[in-house]
Amino acid sequence: MNVRRLVVREIKHRKLNFLLGLLSVAVAVASLVGAQTLLTADGIITARLLNAKEAEVEKSVAEKKAVVQQTGKELQDMIRKQMLGLGFNVLILPESQSLSELHLNGSMSATMPEEYVDRLANSNIVTVSHLLPSITKRISWEEHDVEVVVVGTRGEVPIQHRGMKKPLLAEVAAGKMVVGRQIQQQLDVKEGDTVQLKGREFTVSKIHAERGSVDDVTVWINLAEAQEILGMQNLIHAILALECGCSGDRISQIRAEIVGILPGTQVIERYSQALTRAESRAKAKASAEKAYQQAKEAGEEQLALERSSRQDLEDRHSGFAAILVPLVVLGSIVTIGLLAFVNSRQRSQEIGILRAIGLSTQQLMLVFLIKAAAIGLFGGIAGVCAGLMVGRLLGSAQPDMTNWNDLFASGNLGDMLVMAPLAALLLSGLASWLPALLVARQDPAVILQRE
Amino acid sequence: MMLRLEHICKTYAAKPKPVHAINDVSINLDAGEFVAVQGPSGCGKSTVLLTAGGLLKPDSGEVLIAGENPYALSPDARAAFRARSIGFVFQQFYLVPYLDVMDNVLSPALASAESHEDVRQRAEQLIEHFGLTHRRHHVPGELSSGERQRTALARALLNQPQLILADEPTGNLDHESAEAVLGYLQEFAESGGAVLMVTHDDRAVRFAQLTIDLYDGRISSRMDRSPDQFS
Repeated sequence: MNVRRLVVREIKHRKLNFLLGLLSVAVAVASLVGAQTLLTADGIITARLLNAKEAEVEKSVAEKKAVVQQTGKELQDMIRKQMLGLGFNVLILPESQSLSELHLNGSMSATMPEEYVDRLANSNIVTVSHLLPSITKRISWEEHDVEVVVVGTRGEVPIQHRGMKKPLLAEVAAGKMVVGRQIQQQLDVKEGDTVQLKGREFTVSKIHAERGSVDDVTVWINLAEAQEILGMQNLIHAILALECGCSGDRISQIRAEIVGILPGTQVIERYSQALTRAESRAKAKASAEKAYQQAKEAGEEQLALERSSRQDLEDRHSGFAAILVPLVVLGSIVTIGLLAFVNSRQRSQEIGILRAIGLSTQQLMLVFLIKAAAIGLFGGIAGVCAGLMVGRLLGSAQPDMTNWNDLFASGNLGDMLVMAPLAALLLSGLASWLPALLVARQDPAVILQRE
Repeated sequence: MMLRLEHICKTYAAKPKPVHAINDVSINLDAGEFVAVQGPSGCGKSTVLLTAGGLLKPDSGEVLIAGENPYALSPDARAAFRARSIGFVFQQFYLVPYLDVMDNVLSPALASAESHEDVRQRAEQLIEHFGLTHRRHHVPGELSSGERQRTALARALLNQPQLILADEPTGNLDHESAEAVLGYLQEFAESGGAVLMVTHDDRAVRFAQLTIDLYDGRISSRMDRSPDQFS
């Protein structure tokens, strides 16, 4: 016979009292663990939602950034192409060339020696990159009875001190002709056809797409052939200087440099469509960047809103748990104490005789405290299981939103699962301590006389 | 001297006036003596018994059990002393309701340091002696009154006390069971123990060597029975 056996027999004899105590502890622990599980699940879901939202915003921002970068690349490419087709340039003309004639008629009458281009190419000029000598003359194409602008070009003249760069424009080979769209339609020719110009035969090597400019009524032939046809041997009308970077204030510097090398010439800036397109592209790029910034800011704002909303929810849960849990725990302590007190009253006769036959105060207290510890421990374990289930169910509307591993990965919850049954054991012991002490200190004579 | 009560007085605080339960009571018991205390209800019989058992400290007078004053000991030491020296038997049996006969008989072993085997062997012997073998695994609720009192007697004797204090042990028993219980108490006295029994039962006179009449808290008479009167 020992105290443990006495306790086990008593528990079996008064099952309801034991079960009520167990239930009371289980409810308290379940509230505690449930609240913690709920908060942990909440935290996990919040983190997941925020991570997903962040990823979404980052993806959106990255997409916007890619669009901006793509727009920038397209812009650069477009500028390069436009420079190639239209020339982002300055035009070097004889000083005597009337600009009114040039702008009003699209043709030039003043000439300068072709040797000028070689002089410029052999100089130490640094403000231009590509040189294209040309003659341009509007004539009546008698063989076909049309007005046409004839451009003679020898292609790019390399600037000697820079080494050979990849030429922007290839020369039109001798015997070949590049034809503008309008002329092609009027002549009804296609690539490979031959045409007569001023008694000389040319093969159509290329037909330009419609440009909506004077180019549509222009044909391009080799400079030397153009000089012969037009009776302008060794003469040119103009030198086109490409990629000269001549926008803004630098134009005056370029002018001074060129006129210093080629006296008797004038330099004009030819505003090209490329510049307009560059500006619009730059605007597009700026708009895209602005859109990117706006998207980024909107995403961050949305993220902050989501964070705030989730934080509010967590705060509400925490606040609710902060009130509920202590109340339930306190209620359970009181219930356990009352149950222990009722139990001690029920057992007063038994306690009196046990005291009379020699059990010490400590042994009698032990009888009550072992029972209280059993209630605390088993109630605590039951409460932990119930709390985990309830907390997890409440914590996730979607069952797969959280799993056990995620919940246990939280240090707080893991600690609580270990601590809760121990705390329940301790609190149950404390709640039973006073009734046990009162019983153990009762005078057995009083009990036995009362009975 | 197994039990010595000298000029014991005990008064209970009560309203409207205190109750003088016992007044100047002296009783001495040697080993082998069986003393019965008789008297009407409220005469102070139970107070004498509780005082003698180290359960109720008298207001004045001296209590010595086997030469030792239990009230000079701390409560726990007094409890241990009781476990060693005294066996109690009560009218209401006071058995632990959720323990079977064997465990009830063994319950005083909770307070002793004796080896489990020795105690259990003694419990088996007592159960057999009191005719409870077939009831050893029954709880008190399943026993007759006589069986309950015999279980209480077996429990009282487990720690081999020198003194048995019995409070109306036959009060709830039929004639046959009462006779049996009184016989067991007489047997204990004859084997060298001492028995102090308070009772209403006139049959006790036949078993006790000395019968003390108590009236209004005082001893009114003593009646010795010579050895040749023993049955």
